[in-house]
Amino acid sequence: MANETEALTGAEILVRCFEEEGVEYVFGYPGGSVLHIYDALFKRDHNNKIQHILVRHEQAATHAADGYSRATGKPGVVLVTSGPGATNAVTGIATAHMDSIPMVVITGQVPRSLIGNDAFQEVDSVGITRPCVKHNFLVNKVEDLAETVKKAFYIATTGRPGPVVIDIPKDVTADQIAFHYPHQVEMRSYKPSSSGHPKQINKASELLLGAKRPMIYSGGGVVLSEASKELTELTRMLGFPITNTLMGLGAYPASDKQFVGMLGMHGTYEANMAMHECDVLLAVGARFDDRVTSDINKFCPHAKIIHIDIDPSSISKNVRVDIPIVGDVREVLHDLIKTLKGTKQQPDSQALADWWVQIQNWQEKNCLYYDRGSNLIKPQFVIETLSKLMGDDGYVTSDVGQHQMWAAQYFNFNHPRRWINSGGLGTMGFGLPAAIGTQLAHPDSPVVCITGEASIQMCIQELATCKQYDLPIKVVMLNNRYMGMVRQWQEMFYDKRYSHSYVDALPDFVKLAESYGHAGMLIEKPANVEQALKDALAINDRLVFMNFITDSAENVFPMVAAGKGQHEMVLSPLSPGMPIDRELT
Amino acid sequence: MRHTISVLIENEAGALSRVAGLFSARGYNIESLTVAPTDDASLSRMTIVTYGSEAVIEQITKQLNKLVDVIKLLDLSDGPHIEREMLLIKLHASKTSQADEVKRLSDIFRGHVVDVTESSYTIELTGTAEKLDAFIKAVNSKWIIETVRSGVSGIARGDRALRV
Repeated sequence: MANETEALTGAEILVRCFEEEGVEYVFGYPGGSVLHIYDALFKRDHNNKIQHILVRHEQAATHAADGYSRATGKPGVVLVTSGPGATNAVTGIATAHMDSIPMVVITGQVPRSLIGNDAFQEVDSVGITRPCVKHNFLVNKVEDLAETVKKAFYIATTGRPGPVVIDIPKDVTADQIAFHYPHQVEMRSYKPSSSGHPKQINKASELLLGAKRPMIYSGGGVVLSEASKELTELTRMLGFPITNTLMGLGAYPASDKQFVGMLGMHGTYEANMAMHECDVLLAVGARFDDRVTSDINKFCPHAKIIHIDIDPSSISKNVRVDIPIVGDVREVLHDLIKTLKGTKQQPDSQALADWWVQIQNWQEKNCLYYDRGSNLIKPQFVIETLSKLMGDDGYVTSDVGQHQMWAAQYFNFNHPRRWINSGGLGTMGFGLPAAIGTQLAHPDSPVVCITGEASIQMCIQELATCKQYDLPIKVVMLNNRYMGMVRQWQEMFYDKRYSHSYVDALPDFVKLAESYGHAGMLIEKPANVEQALKDALAINDRLVFMNFITDSAENVFPMVAAGKGQHEMVLSPLSPGMPIDRELT
Repeated sequence: MRHTISVLIENEAGALSRVAGLFSARGYNIESLTVAPTDDASLSRMTIVTYGSEAVIEQITKQLNKLVDVIKLLDLSDGPHIEREMLLIKLHASKTSQADEVKRLSDIFRGHVVDVTESSYTIELTGTAEKLDAFIKAVNSKWIIETVRSGVSGIARGDRALRV
């Protein structure tokens, strides 16, 4: 029960709060300012409610909690010490913030009497994290602790979700008071809206039904609000083409015929062309990010735009929209479906048929073409094979760079929360710790981390965490000996001056994995790719680290170069589809 | 366009830095910002004078509303309103003629002399920002020892009010 008369320390109260919130995992790393909290966790261990996961670097604690959250929809919880513990966590907090991931991060702080004294391991955590959190708190007295934790979980998980930091001075965790956990919290300054305005929904319904060349563009908001079912129902009902952003992949089944692939800088040709030519655009839980729009002045020049988003500040931020609908994506889609069902008007089937013919013409460019006859391992082939072997059964995390784009392009995500990557911040080092959180959340499902030899080294110490908790993650490393995306840009835009993008002095990854107690595999020939993946997927008692030696010259295509419009894509030079525009700069 | 935005915000440590941080992080202009507790001590009221295109002002109000500590805001520039700012200005006044001139100007602008020494007069002047600018322009610039301005406070005319 939430009420007890016996006095507890602040540290014990924090642990009880976590129990009240149903926290399964706390990802953390101990240190001076959080020793009382770690002691409280130790003493409460017999209760078996909360498992602490000891990472090897605080950045990984935040990424693991983030991965856990993306894979489950529940908030991730992090516990780190003051000073360097907090600053190390900042990258992961900012990553979660950019992708609107609910997270509660506890940072220890020096005792109140020392705050502002440049004390040992003191840093202004509230100040440092302020620009990259949804909200943060400094707990000034133990009386405020339980309510602050309640507020933190409430703020993190409602409205547009995001990370919340609670900074707790060490002496507050020692002070005592009777524990009372509020069942609900009321904040006059924070009241997120949920349902959309009926008038706006009616207008949207009319516009959609009158469309000749409609397009649906959906993003991470659909995943966050668990609106995949509604989005799928709406899209099928209307018969419109749909594209997903990098963050929205899986919210609409990739193998469905109405899905035209991802859009944006490395989206499909058909998705970007359909965006460019559409006359009505329905944007759902997406934020018109610059990697999506490319040159904003050339973006969707013919379209009337409907934008559904829970965050009013996302609306008309980058692109002026005609019908804004503020509200929870799921509720708005639900209401929109109801409205559409209640009207007699049907979509213009003749116009729609012509539109689909046009889209099929674009699809015939085969924009995801790559050389399948090569005697080098093509990274696309590894992803395609992996997707075929895994089917819909499993979770994929990724790091950042070329491998991330190939994973997004060649892996078929048919369900939400299966594709876990750092979209907004683009944080290298995210993949492996995110896989830790994902595997803990889904112990019986295959979890694959698609990475590159540069990204993986940013958090490779987490191989130890994987060993400690027996996590059978499959690391699929596409090793091209370069920071591939940097190399690609240098090749295209810097006259092949490969400044510091060659990854030299690589470790022997097989031996490295083995030294941590994992299985290591080296794959050098295309012919061995499929069998190696099959073998790896069959191992479920330990981590398998797969080092695929891939073609180092391979680039990600198609591509919209910087400063170009979304319709000015470049296809692979080897592609049988006519290059649309060879001019890159 | 210049906009004057009134904000009711929880009177909590760090609330001001959230607002200031928002403006610097997003590159919004800020001409002046005043803040003090209201009759309800749990609330602070800010008056922010900013300028930008309509799209930028729209984003500013949305982003301010998004801050968890912000309870309500009102763009005063959307309707008739009153703006006031206070100026304290210390001027050289060692000669009688100088002192007389300072006093005369102060009277014209409905200011008050709030401190006098053998060599200086300090004037308190309240009004719109333009009026204070005009006064500073009117006095001989060589006489100015120092100036301090409060920044603009604003309130809507008539029944329009910003309350919880």
